[in-house]
Amino acid sequence: MSSLTDATDHPLDDQTLRAMMQAMVSSRVFSQRVFNLQRQGRAGTNAPVDGSEAILAGVSYALDPTQDWILPQYRELVGLERFGTDVLDRYVLYALGHPDGGHIPAPTRVWPPQISLATQVPHAVGLAWGMKQQGEDGCVLAFLGDGSTSEGDFYEACNFAAVLDAPVIVLVVNNGWAISTPVSTQTRAKNFAEKSHAFGMPGVTVDGTDPVAVHDAVSDARSRAVAGAGPTLIEATTYRLGPHTTADDPTRYVPADELAAARDPLVTFGVELAARGLWSEADEAETIATADARMETAVQAGEARAVSGEEIFEHVYAHPTPRLARQQAEFRARQGLDGARPQTRPGGAS
Amino acid sequence: MSDSQVMTMLEAINHTLHQEMARDERVIVFGEDVGANGGVFRATEGLHEQFGSSRVVDTPLAEAVIAGTAVGLAASGMVPVPEIQFLGFSYQAFHQIAGQIARLRYRTRGRFEVPITIRSPFGGGVRTPELHSDSLEAQYANIPGLKIVLPASAADAKGLLATAIRDPDPVMFLEPLRGYRMIKDEVPLGEHLVPFGQARTVTEGSDVAVITWSYMVDVARRAAEELAAEGINARVIDLRTLVPLDVDAIVAAVEDCGRVVVVQEAPETNGFASEVIATINDNAFYSLEAPVQRVSGYDAPYPVGQLEDHYVPDVDRVMDAIRATAEVPT
Repeated sequence: MSSLTDATDHPLDDQTLRAMMQAMVSSRVFSQRVFNLQRQGRAGTNAPVDGSEAILAGVSYALDPTQDWILPQYRELVGLERFGTDVLDRYVLYALGHPDGGHIPAPTRVWPPQISLATQVPHAVGLAWGMKQQGEDGCVLAFLGDGSTSEGDFYEACNFAAVLDAPVIVLVVNNGWAISTPVSTQTRAKNFAEKSHAFGMPGVTVDGTDPVAVHDAVSDARSRAVAGAGPTLIEATTYRLGPHTTADDPTRYVPADELAAARDPLVTFGVELAARGLWSEADEAETIATADARMETAVQAGEARAVSGEEIFEHVYAHPTPRLARQQAEFRARQGLDGARPQTRPGGAS
Repeated sequence: MSDSQVMTMLEAINHTLHQEMARDERVIVFGEDVGANGGVFRATEGLHEQFGSSRVVDTPLAEAVIAGTAVGLAASGMVPVPEIQFLGFSYQAFHQIAGQIARLRYRTRGRFEVPITIRSPFGGGVRTPELHSDSLEAQYANIPGLKIVLPASAADAKGLLATAIRDPDPVMFLEPLRGYRMIKDEVPLGEHLVPFGQARTVTEGSDVAVITWSYMVDVARRAAEELAAEGINARVIDLRTLVPLDVDAIVAAVEDCGRVVVVQEAPETNGFASEVIATINDNAFYSLEAPVQRVSGYDAPYPVGQLEDHYVPDVDRVMDAIRATAEVPT
């Protein structure tokens, strides 16, 4: 039973429900393609989305892309297309190792992947604090995983968010595993939502395989946030259906029977929509084909995107320090970029 | 009305924070006890009364989230001026400062500006408990993306702090806590900006150059004054900022004096003095008439109160190093 079935007059219309399903299917296609790029030696290590699709769809459609911000960990960028097509295009660049992969251009309100676990939660709190200070509407949602809740930044950030009444939503994707560490090794708490009690903020656990349940929880949290009522902790439960990353072999530690019993959100939500006459095998095939074509364009553009070694030196500071400028000049000389022969130091002062 | 006034370094910092907050309403000061209490050293005294609790904010005791929220505040368009109560406490914020603040501009290819000024007192000599005195400027100078600023006079505290707050990049603004009330000089009351990367000549001399920063500038100056009576004229150079580094001033000092002592309070190994000496090696080696001397703290953790006077370089140690350098035959 999903929250959709529970509420006959649910505010999500048929078109939105179909769009959410399309987003879920597409995100898995995108993720698999990036995964395969790594296998082909064309992309670096990356973390597949499998199992989190419904959470990303629920979040995407509950928030307002013109007002709200999303600060991901690193598994979410394939499922935030509603916030702007830049998100996926730049994520492809990120996987390809292109420096522009970290630059999701304005006005898209999504931050690039964050590798240092839970460090984005203080950032989200600060961003929300600044928005509130400047009288801006909207809220900030930070994703993190069950494993990341063991980091100090999670506790410090949630604590301060509550003190500030910051318009923040902290969303813990509990997929059961932190690489090979199960939740039972991560915490003795009954669930992650109950940690909210210590912060003095509301906490709720939702079925993360049900995009409508996630949507509703995030909508409620958003309403509270923008009304000035402060932050909310949401735990969305699912099961990690794939490996942690391209570098992981989960058969070493994930019990096969547990994995076999896990719910696949694409299947459960697809069946539910089909029962309502909103989804068909043809829809699924068409969505996959569209996503494949979309991804093909992104990968081709990404692989064609030029990169100069000199980009090492750009954006370290607003203006390079004299020493960095000297290093860049030496680099240019060594690369023959000035048409000059390589020089060795000692050179000029800096 | 006079256009300048004698202030302690602490008063100069407080005065500058008042001026910068009045100048730019995006400036937000936050940290532990910075509000009604005015900071444990009173650096933020009066700000809370004047600018209110939304712009002068007492935070929970959590250094990582102080640094981490600065990232988000900056991205929202604010100008964060967080205080880490003592630099030794920044160990608990290092991952946010080094891993996040320093590289936000870089990793987003300039989408986000990072005009953060982290103010933090450091240095020993005042009998603080453990971890209140550590000199960590070299650690932070090794993090690309940060600027490292260390005033040694009250006037510079004003001019460098104002520049830091207006700078679009993150600045570690490190204040010598022993100098807060001991360092006292004439401070311009109006707009006063000291650019980064320009060292200051504290005493003129051409026998030995003493290159240093922060509170050790005062120690070196006293050493130079005493040695003048012995006929050794030492030129004391205050680097003011380690990143960016005024290499031209270092080179000029080496070329003029030929003999150099570098003084730092931090432990010897991998201290910033080593970087200064390597810079001399790269740019002015053939102007040297003697090996460069280092005076530094020891390679031991910063010690407790009864030991610290033996640890922090003092006038005698600096004088000995200057004499030894001056005596090397050409």
